Amino acid sequence: MKRWIPGTALLVAISVTAACGAGGREEDEPAGSTVGITETSIKIGGHFPLTGVAAPGYSEIPSGHKAYYDYVNAQGGINGRKIEFLVKDDAYNPTNTSQVTNELVLNDEIFAMVGGLGTPTHGAVVDYLNDAKVPDLFVSSGSLQWGDFPKEKPFTFGWQPDYEIEGKIIGDWVKDNMPDAKVGLFLQDDDFGRDGEKGVRRYLEDQIVAVAKYSPGNTDVAPQMAQLQAAGVDLVLGFNVPSYTALSQLVSLRIGFKPKWFYSNVGSDPALVGSLLARFSEGAVTDGASMLDGVMTTEYLPGVDAPDDPWTRLWQKVWDEHGADGELTNYRVYGMSQAYTFVQALQAAGENPTRESIVAAIEKSGASFEGPGLAPFRYTKDSHLGISGLSVLEIQKGVGKALTPVLVTDLGDAPIEEDDSAARDAPPENGLPNVKPAQ
Amino acid sequence: MSRFLAMPTTRRHLLLALGALVVVVLVLENTSQFRNAQFAAMAYYAIAAGGLTILTGLNGQLSLGHGALMAVGAYTTALLLQEPDSALPLVLVLVLATVVTLVVGALVGVAAARLHGPYLAGATLALAVAIPGIPLYFSETLGGDQGLRVRMPDIPVWLDDAVYFVTGQGLTPTRFLAYLGWLGVIVVFVLLANLARSRVGRTWQAVRDDEVAAELAGIDLGRARVLAFVVSSGCAGLAGGLLALSTRLAAPSGFALTLSLLLLSAVVLGGLGSLTGALVGAALLAFLPQVVTGFGADLGLTDVQAAEIAPLIYGLVTVLVVLLAPAGLAGGLRKLIHWRRGT
Repeated sequence: MKRWIPGTALLVAISVTAACGAGGREEDEPAGSTVGITETSIKIGGHFPLTGVAAPGYSEIPSGHKAYYDYVNAQGGINGRKIEFLVKDDAYNPTNTSQVTNELVLNDEIFAMVGGLGTPTHGAVVDYLNDAKVPDLFVSSGSLQWGDFPKEKPFTFGWQPDYEIEGKIIGDWVKDNMPDAKVGLFLQDDDFGRDGEKGVRRYLEDQIVAVAKYSPGNTDVAPQMAQLQAAGVDLVLGFNVPSYTALSQLVSLRIGFKPKWFYSNVGSDPALVGSLLARFSEGAVTDGASMLDGVMTTEYLPGVDAPDDPWTRLWQKVWDEHGADGELTNYRVYGMSQAYTFVQALQAAGENPTRESIVAAIEKSGASFEGPGLAPFRYTKDSHLGISGLSVLEIQKGVGKALTPVLVTDLGDAPIEEDDSAARDAPPENGLPNVKPAQ
Repeated sequence: MSRFLAMPTTRRHLLLALGALVVVVLVLENTSQFRNAQFAAMAYYAIAAGGLTILTGLNGQLSLGHGALMAVGAYTTALLLQEPDSALPLVLVLVLATVVTLVVGALVGVAAARLHGPYLAGATLALAVAIPGIPLYFSETLGGDQGLRVRMPDIPVWLDDAVYFVTGQGLTPTRFLAYLGWLGVIVVFVLLANLARSRVGRTWQAVRDDEVAAELAGIDLGRARVLAFVVSSGCAGLAGGLLALSTRLAAPSGFALTLSLLLLSAVVLGGLGSLTGALVGAALLAFLPQVVTGFGADLGLTDVQAAEIAPLIYGLVTVLVVLLAPAGLAGGLRKLIHWRRGT
């Protein structure tokens, strides 16, 4: 025994001295962090569900990002820097999101997180990213928490219209155009459903006769549909993800429930819902997309159903030149549109961007970025919320037909106004944004 | 070596623990922050797997519900840390998480003690399915599907200063968590190792090997089973608390059935009933996916393909281990050493 004590003591002593010898504590870096940036490159990353239940559709978003960055890099990059985009799979599980975000920030040393997807998943890392002062740009989720709290989360920015303004615009439209409808809500039981309901209730408080919620993961929605049917609902407003659009359609078909349907933008992609319908019904539904004929939804980006739109033409060209396998889809358009906004932010941050300066640049000039979005961004010092409006449309044969001009609003009491100004722009000739540095 | 082996068990384990502490300090101080985070993950997997390997390997009870028990520990930790400024000291929070899970484990254990083999597996499976549903039902207090955020309290100033004095490096939150986790591993493993070699451990083995013989020898079967389940749940609770701190979140999707199955597979891969095996299994869980995905990306696979290759490799490793080293990686290694000594 006695021989062991000195041996262990010696080991401890060695470990202590080996690790000792640091001088005084480091001073704070003066001019801001340039982690992830070199003279010739800039490294960014994001977490997406590439495997698992949420992968259909969403796994295509990063491929859109990549195609657009490759397109930018082929034209020399931004200020001589090529953009490198790292994609990590979190399988839509927050525990994994935490691990892959550690990997991105600590191991790959990314400059910024761009487009991290999902409300529960990104919620697990938003505090960490802000504590580590990593720009957390353009979260792929419409939860209010990314944009409504710039004091607590100074490095986080939303991108798509938040669910509350989407709810407001839907509610206002229904009140004006279907004043006699008995409205039932079909909600995902998280921020998505909650924020949407808040917006809708502002206009439809008297018309709502039933509220049914589902938990993601539980694929049986028969009780919810039966509840809505029993309440005599003739218009269902769905704040749900695409797989639940398909499930609600199949179940209501089975129980003979035939209301009008109005799905939020998140859950209404006709191509994806169509393929999910075919899969869930095990082939019984062959022409899934046509099941959505007459369904109403909203739109804030021109999609693949408008091939003549100048933005869609640009995305088609980018995808043909730099895309991976497969067709251009609305999810890839979404990814490319986010990538376009990131390039604008990078340009606004000037020749030598830092983590702090890109945040300041978006706050300063983000509201004037002209992009594919139908409505302008709301970025200021006091709001990090994204696109400010959308238009209501009806799906016919997989193509959206606009029922309203672009409607723009903000949280709370802000009025809903028509504003087509941002919808009429077109991308520059070379497909690269041209934003001046914000001083 | 022979002197070391001849020592009283407790003293030997304490000495091993001291050596392990030195290794932990050396490793954590000399690896990157990212590796620190992975080591923190390995620590909570190791604690949970350690508890499970005692239950399954030593006492012969199969549990498919340990992921759910981890959820109990994680949610307890999250609830206790909702007000980070006024919260209890972190160590106390983790102890409370362990105790709460222990109580839940005792309740389950009483039911489980009456069941055998596949029936026990079925009952614990129900636990794994049911517990993640609780936060969905009480979504007001437990955060529903989005779960509860966990904000780690600030590192105590005295600790930060002490570590700085000793190592010359400031204590980052990641490294702090890794230390906390590994301290937990050392404490738990010393306790488990002592327990396994004590009278209690021998009763557990007796119950596993032959119930009738054990009962004839005067062992209360039910009591032995419940006790094993309780000890094992306590480990799961601590592991869950550490998991919540590391991932900064307690959400139902983090504790799906797959977590329970992963833990069981880690225990089997490492070697059933062996604490070293639990450590090896935990290392596989923490490091294999990231390493394989990185390797796949280096080979030029697309992101989706690289992400899909990790579960494939994990499955292949499992098949190979079961075929080539039925006693698990740790058992196989031990056999190899004995065989080489023998020749």
